[in-house]
Amino acid sequence: MSEPSTPTALLSVRGLRKSFGSNVVLNDVSLEIEPGQCVALIGASGSGKSTLLRCINLLEQVDDGVIELAGRDIADPRVDADQVRSRMGIVFQAYNLFPHLSVLDNVTLAPRRVHKVARAEAEKRSMTMLERVGLADKAKARPDDLSGGQQQRVAIARAMVNSPELLLLDEVTSALDPELVGEVLDLLRDLRAEGMTMILSTHEMGFARNVADSVCFLDAGRILEAGPPAEVLGDPQQERTRQFLSRLAS
Amino acid sequence: MPLGPAPSASPPDPSDEPWSPSQTELERRAFRQSRTKRSAVISAVSTIVVGGLVIWLVTRSAGWPRVQTTFFSWDKAVESFPAVLKGLWLNIRIMLICGVAIVVLGLTLAIMRTLRGPIFFPLRLFATVYVDLFRGLPLLLLLLLLGLGVPALRLPGVTISLAFWGGVAIVLSYSAYVAEVFRAGIESVHPSQRAASRALGLSHGQTLRHVVLPQAVRRVMPPLMNDFVSLQKDSGLIAVLGVTDAIQAARIETASDFNYTPYVVAGVLFICLTIPTARLTDHIAKKQGWHGAGGTL
Ligand SMILES: Nc1ncnc2c1ncn2[C@@H]1O[C@H](COP(=O)(O)OP(=O)(O)OP(=O)(O)O)[C@@H](O)[C@H]1O
Ligand SMILES: [Mg+2]
Repeated sequence: MSEPSTPTALLSVRGLRKSFGSNVVLNDVSLEIEPGQCVALIGASGSGKSTLLRCINLLEQVDDGVIELAGRDIADPRVDADQVRSRMGIVFQAYNLFPHLSVLDNVTLAPRRVHKVARAEAEKRSMTMLERVGLADKAKARPDDLSGGQQQRVAIARAMVNSPELLLLDEVTSALDPELVGEVLDLLRDLRAEGMTMILSTHEMGFARNVADSVCFLDAGRILEAGPPAEVLGDPQQERTRQFLSRLAS
Repeated sequence: MPLGPAPSASPPDPSDEPWSPSQTELERRAFRQSRTKRSAVISAVSTIVVGGLVIWLVTRSAGWPRVQTTFFSWDKAVESFPAVLKGLWLNIRIMLICGVAIVVLGLTLAIMRTLRGPIFFPLRLFATVYVDLFRGLPLLLLLLLLGLGVPALRLPGVTISLAFWGGVAIVLSYSAYVAEVFRAGIESVHPSQRAASRALGLSHGQTLRHVVLPQAVRRVMPPLMNDFVSLQKDSGLIAVLGVTDAIQAARIETASDFNYTPYVVAGVLFICLTIPTARLTDHIAKKQGWHGAGGTL
């Protein structure tokens, strides 16, 4: 974990370790992502995908390792975590919308309170974002009154509204019907085309293959295999990866 | 592009490899530790400065020597201590017995208030009236009414123990408060939890017992403990009935020489009684953290 990161990398994770009690969830995880790239994390349930994304967002205190965002180690306790987080967007597997706020207020909360954008401007931006995810007509609704897929799209709008440098997406399509999966994936593809840097955990191998620049296969807290989708998904070197992929295919 | 670690031949089992923190991590830990130490020092220094200032201001005041002899006489404190402590034992018993009764009654009332359906209307009405009535009456008034009124009726077979009726007054008043705390807890459990439980085939009662109440009780534990601390102090109010609790014992001790030190002794004893509860509350609140509210991440 001592070798320096590629100077152009937006995010560089080296030797990351995270445990809950005696359960080592992430062990010596390293990955790098250049601006505008899209990295897909794949792996079985419980392999540590969500935990990795939460560590990158500084929601978990890591046991060891370096997380460099634009060349600066953000795992360092001297770093202002709020400031770092305001530069990233994260969409949780369980959405985590605020049930006491309307859809629009969920989206405008951070621009108004963190970035001090005036209300009118924040609402204009948020409405644009909601239109983009096809939910402008639900702006006044409460999250509880929305379907799972609609909540998921609000969560994406909420993460996107601040134009983050890095977008973390945790299984954003797992709760959606195939039609909506297509819609959300199209949205992500557009974002990708606009140069948004993203790390996403996914079970959609097709999406990983078509959109991601690289795929990381996580198994029991380690990155067993990483590389371009054609290599990792098309011609996996590890027995475990082959096993995982063949189970998915069948 | 991402760089994984050099692929190893077999899938490694993380748990059987020894791990020692890197230099970076050791340095981070040292920093966290030094920051913890720094905050400890700052809080100690500010406490000493503020405390010292207060003591200095008080002891400098003109009336201090007189106050010192009438409120802080060591000899008087030692002399009155056994009597006050004996009185405190009554407070402790009242508070424990009342505490149990309050929780049982409060929970029952709360459940009555959350019952749905027209047949339960009388129960709901009863619970609502009960809460409105006993929460609205000042505890002191309730104590005087029950403690002086009921024994005066000389009902056959009904105890005239003042401590008993004082305890009843406390239970009536506190159970009304505690019922509202429980009700708030029950209603704060998300409807989806009920739905999930009913979907599994659990009845309304089973849902309440196995799904809603466990979450509700955990959530309202801190405010409940707060009410318990309050109860510990308010058990001293039965002194107005002339029952020899800690406060009454202190009053008796002051009567001979108008030295008020016994009140201070009683005050200190009450504080000693409530501090463990207060710390327990903090501990419970901290342990629950934000998991208390449930939800997934
Ligand atoms: N807060 C926590 N406390 C204790 N253990 C945890 C915690 N969060 C996660 N874990 C454990 O960490 C491991 C990895 O969990 P994680 O949520 O990262 O898996 P995942 O790869 O996202 O799985 P899935 O595909 O099902 O979402 C699991 O074994 C889980 O039990
Ligand atoms: Mg997950």
